[in-house]
Amino acid sequence: MAGPPPYATPLYRSWYYGFRFLCALIFLFLIAPILVIMPLSFNAEPYFTFTKGMLSLDPDAFSLRWYEDIINNQQWLHSIKNSFIVGIASTILATTLGTLAALGLSRSYLPYRAAIMGVLISPMIVPLIITAAGMYFFYSELRLTQTYTGLILAHTALGTPFVVITVTATLVGFDHSLTRAAQSLGADPVRTFFKVQMPLILPGVISGALFAFVTSFDEVVVVLFMAGFEQRTIPRQMWAGIREQISPTILAVATLLIIFSICLMTALELLRRRNERLRGLSAG
Amino acid sequence: MAEATAGKIVLTTADGVPLKRKLRQTQQLMKRRAFTLVLPLLAFIGITFVWPIALMVYRGIDNPVLSEFMPNAAEAVLDWDSSQSELPPEEVFAIVARDLVQARKDKTVGKVATRLNYELPGSRSLITSSARKLSRVEDGPWMEAMLKADSDWGKRETWAALQRIAPRYTGSFYLAALDMTYDENGAIVSQPENRQIYVTLFVRTLWVSLFITLACALLAYPISYLMATQPLRISNLLMILVLLPFWTSLLVRTTSWIVLLQTEGVLNDIMVALGLIGDENRIQMIYNMTGTIVAMVHILLPFMVLPLFSVMKTISPSYVRAAQSLGATPARAFWKVYFPQTVPGIGAGSILVFILAIGYYITPALVGGRTGQLISNFIAFHMQKSLNWGLAAALGGILLFGVLALYWLYNRLVGIDNMKLG
Repeated sequence: MAGPPPYATPLYRSWYYGFRFLCALIFLFLIAPILVIMPLSFNAEPYFTFTKGMLSLDPDAFSLRWYEDIINNQQWLHSIKNSFIVGIASTILATTLGTLAALGLSRSYLPYRAAIMGVLISPMIVPLIITAAGMYFFYSELRLTQTYTGLILAHTALGTPFVVITVTATLVGFDHSLTRAAQSLGADPVRTFFKVQMPLILPGVISGALFAFVTSFDEVVVVLFMAGFEQRTIPRQMWAGIREQISPTILAVATLLIIFSICLMTALELLRRRNERLRGLSAG
Repeated sequence: MAEATAGKIVLTTADGVPLKRKLRQTQQLMKRRAFTLVLPLLAFIGITFVWPIALMVYRGIDNPVLSEFMPNAAEAVLDWDSSQSELPPEEVFAIVARDLVQARKDKTVGKVATRLNYELPGSRSLITSSARKLSRVEDGPWMEAMLKADSDWGKRETWAALQRIAPRYTGSFYLAALDMTYDENGAIVSQPENRQIYVTLFVRTLWVSLFITLACALLAYPISYLMATQPLRISNLLMILVLLPFWTSLLVRTTSWIVLLQTEGVLNDIMVALGLIGDENRIQMIYNMTGTIVAMVHILLPFMVLPLFSVMKTISPSYVRAAQSLGATPARAFWKVYFPQTVPGIGAGSILVFILAIGYYITPALVGGRTGQLISNFIAFHMQKSLNWGLAAALGGILLFGVLALYWLYNRLVGIDNMKLG
């Protein structure tokens, strides 16, 4: 930001700085809540606010006790394990089903394309409480509530719209003459898919998978209704922590989750750039 | 190959099939192949998602309790013409009494009591205690016996309520969700004043969602504009500030608002330290509507910024420059030239934010306290606490209808194909 041009009038100048100040405040609103809890998770005291010692950077005021708390707490460890089990299983299912569907949806001649797309995206749109209530009734009749299977199926349904959207978006620029070329050279459809199409749409597939994983990893409403104590995931455990016995351990978990989401975000950004490069949209 | 028949030339393939038909066959095949690819997911979503939700909406009119657990009584009560007499005749009393005793033996009388209680609050013990007392009565006259068991059996409203829960299907849950009910003559009337909560709640949810949408639009506009007009390197950096909250767990963000806003929290501490407020009158900013709105605006803001930014990025700066060189003031050039081009972005973002806000559950439940609850929280309440599943289904059905209407609108205006993520 180079500052206002030298010929700027005082009015423009004040507008220029005023506008940037306003934007800075909005960015602060976006980012501050996330940044504030990171240092607080190192608080030596069981409070949710900065102590005098922390403000004067006294090393005694900081500690890792809440992180030790996570490691020593069976419930937290169990919920972390659950989150990964449910997340990974539902991601694999959602990505497989979603990618296949996206391949079909990318053909403009697919009959009732708009209606099908509308149905496939709906899990993203319908309020979670309605999804959770409906699934609770249905799955309890099948005796699938309080089971891993039920939770994985539910999270798969919630994750597929993201896969469908990202993969269809990747396929928009896909040159179908490549698959025709491969087939005319004697490759069967399966081979064509894995050797020609898959490498090109892979960035879209992976980012869809990441979205599906995050959806499952972050989901709590369906878990609240469908999971038993045995299937508690991280968000469910945090929910209980916030509602029942709020302890700074939650802040430590939150900090770890933020770091985790930064990793995911970076991965996604790299994939996006790779995708653009593959499709020749940008030089970099 | 071409054959001339009756002056018309029909093109055929090598094996003699007319080209048109062959083309149609190939197209059919391709359509079928594309559909086969979509089918697994379509079936999966149909079974695990659409069907359960359809069942839930159906549950809002489903009324199995009386017709299942006291079938004879349900039939008898329905046959009784309530306009003819104040109370049903002795034989109806007899059938109901026998069914009550039978339901007690089957251990289903509690369910009947709960169901009647939704219709006529405070009538739970009427059923359970009458069933207990009547099981000791050997023989009629049953009307006398029932009136002795509980004098409420002599009230017309008891029988009217029983008559309302007797049919296999009922509109009473959906009516209750709209603060209406049947009166003792079967006409639809509003609930008494002190029991009218849901319409207010729906209206409140709508207003809160509108307010949140507006707040998101107002906050998203300047920063999207800034990002769209900066060089790529800077706008990418600023984008991280938008995407980081977007990717951070919902519960983490809600937790951080609790930490920031609670009375012993960071923001109050700062204000006390600056001397803006006294230590004794810290401001209650969370566990009320303020907390719900602040946290929801924060959570939904990225959903507004992303579509707005992607629209603004495509607007060429030369339009505004042209307007200014033609003599427009910067404000006029912005309003007449720049702003209209950003309207599609605002529309897309607004509908998305509104749809998400209207069904929000977690944040109001955690930071809303008593006054910051929205319609979703009441659905959850009836699902988990009061166990009035019919009412929960009806409230959910109405909410779902509203959301689907908005979704349809979004699809018409923006198109789901254009939905962008990240």
